[in-house]
Amino acid sequence: MQRIGRFEQTKPARLPDGPVLALASLLGREPSFMLKFVAKRLVSLIPTLLGVVTLVFFMIALTPGDPARIMLGERANAEQLAQLRAELGLDQPLVKQYGLYLSRVVRGDLGNSIISQQKITDELSERLPATIELALMATLFASILGIVLGVAAARKRNSWVDYTTMTGALVGVSMPVFWLALVLIMVFSIFLDLLPTGGRIDVRIYFKPITNFYLLDGLILMLKGEGTEVFVSALKHIILPTIALGTIPLAIIARTTRSSMLEVLKQDYVKTARAAGVKERKVVYRYALRNALLPVVTVIGIQFGLLLSGAILTETIFSWPGIGKWIYHAIGARDFPAVQGGILFISIFFVLINLTVDLLYSVINPRIRLK
Amino acid sequence: MNETKTATTDEIPAEPGFWRESWYQLTRNRAAMVGLVIIALFAILAIFAPLLAPADPVVQSISERMTPPLSPGYLLGTDDLGRDMLSRIIYGGRISLVIGVVSVGISLVLGGILGLAAGYFGGWTDRIIMRIIDIMLAFPYILLTIVIVAMLGPSLFNAMVAIGISQMPRYARVIRASVISEREQDYVLAERSLGTSDLELMFRTILPNALAPTIVQATLGVGEAILSSAGLSFLGLGAQPPTPEWGLMIASSKQFITTAWWIVTLPGIAILLTVLGFNLLGDGLRDILDPRMRD
Repeated sequence: MQRIGRFEQTKPARLPDGPVLALASLLGREPSFMLKFVAKRLVSLIPTLLGVVTLVFFMIALTPGDPARIMLGERANAEQLAQLRAELGLDQPLVKQYGLYLSRVVRGDLGNSIISQQKITDELSERLPATIELALMATLFASILGIVLGVAAARKRNSWVDYTTMTGALVGVSMPVFWLALVLIMVFSIFLDLLPTGGRIDVRIYFKPITNFYLLDGLILMLKGEGTEVFVSALKHIILPTIALGTIPLAIIARTTRSSMLEVLKQDYVKTARAAGVKERKVVYRYALRNALLPVVTVIGIQFGLLLSGAILTETIFSWPGIGKWIYHAIGARDFPAVQGGILFISIFFVLINLTVDLLYSVINPRIRLK
Repeated sequence: MNETKTATTDEIPAEPGFWRESWYQLTRNRAAMVGLVIIALFAILAIFAPLLAPADPVVQSISERMTPPLSPGYLLGTDDLGRDMLSRIIYGGRISLVIGVVSVGISLVLGGILGLAAGYFGGWTDRIIMRIIDIMLAFPYILLTIVIVAMLGPSLFNAMVAIGISQMPRYARVIRASVISEREQDYVLAERSLGTSDLELMFRTILPNALAPTIVQATLGVGEAILSSAGLSFLGLGAQPPTPEWGLMIASSKQFITTAWWIVTLPGIAILLTVLGFNLLGDGLRDILDPRMRD
């Protein structure tokens, strides 16, 4: 009896729309359902993460050639080589090396970089804010513009707006990112002299980072009444890398939004709303867009994960002091522990972001959970 | 194909006119045809490069360095070492197309075998293979490529291997999915009851039916492989100087963007056009061959 009473309280008909309804039904009627779902996904994460660690380990361990020799160069003598091998644990049997590596990783120890002698985890966390800041900006740029263009293309299907947007999107995914970055520098930094060619902030500005997210730091300083200098400089520096990094996601998001929107606009409830005389703007933005955005959210999440990792080229070109540039230098310097640690870190990050996206998606789209 | 022959058991059961019908539809898809023409153009330039290129792509002529485009004798100008840009771009197409096709070939062989085995045998084989695929997919594609090539050592061939391995999971998935949907079909069961061996069933009976979605994926994959290899070369992990590879051409001239815009810009346009060609064709093929994947 009580069950029925509770059910009536969360009567679906009174709730405004799909996502809220899904959430309400999850929290209200089946409190353990979501927990079970999350738990299941988290458990399935363990073998994946173990596989990632294993693959990263063996990728480096089975690299042809002697890492110690490669790191020290041809002129190193036998003694030096033996010492480095011992330091890296390379004189141990492979299985033992793997066991040691695994136990260190589990404890959150990725070892030290050969070049800087610093802890790799420290080096990574120092550079993480720069990478996240750029990836967030690029995702924001791509999402806003992508959704606007995608909706416009879908509303005016087969018009010049549609053709231009879709052709532009196709060109966007066909373009080499590093080339686009150079062309942007050529046009905006060299010919027009509007924006800087690289770095995160003007080197002449002295400032002590607070959060290490320079845009945020700039805002904080601005609110404290310490001038707009930091914010403006940080903003100017991030514009070109944002465009370069955000172009491919922009194209993908615009295409997804368009096709999803076209799909939704065909649905009966949209037709009904139109027939009932609801204003076209309201039909499109209030009713259709909400549902059309479901697949777009997933795409945005995946793209964000990719941007965090795929910024190697962009960061290198714009001398952006993030993880991508750091890994690139580690590869160039043959700093194997750093490469190993960097890849592992990014891959785990990537897996976790994808999981979050999956879970978020299942929250907003109940149909997925029912499968 | 011969109509009567389709009835016999050793022939693929697809409708006889499927490929001809698809080709007809493709010719009516304007975007796909534009893509095909672009690809054909670059392919012709690549095949007949020694006949079509006005100069040797690696011969330097220091006195003529950084000649702007449309100068007499140099339609697209020269680079910082006085090499003819047009010839370098024409020869660069050879390299990029070979990279695209070879990388995708490697992915297809690896992904094909894994996907076929996973889909056909199911059970533990499937679970183990798909777990490996999932782990590979846990690595961001570009990062995986860069790491593999960094481990193998920077060279054009290793770049192709790295791209091939990184792209493999998607083919394995596509092929596995088609195999699973075909495995229990009547024609397969019929063949099996006639005592056809597993290998023969896999490769001769089921595989041809996984062809359509694979072709779509492969066409798009060639474009992506070209982009990736250009990126690798740009980072110094792919082609090595003085190879006229497009990505490398951009990398080695990036310090001249203030003085000679064409050295950086033109190879990028060549990459863009080629990849665009494959993407246009791939999208068109997807609409025709694989309606489920249409976006």
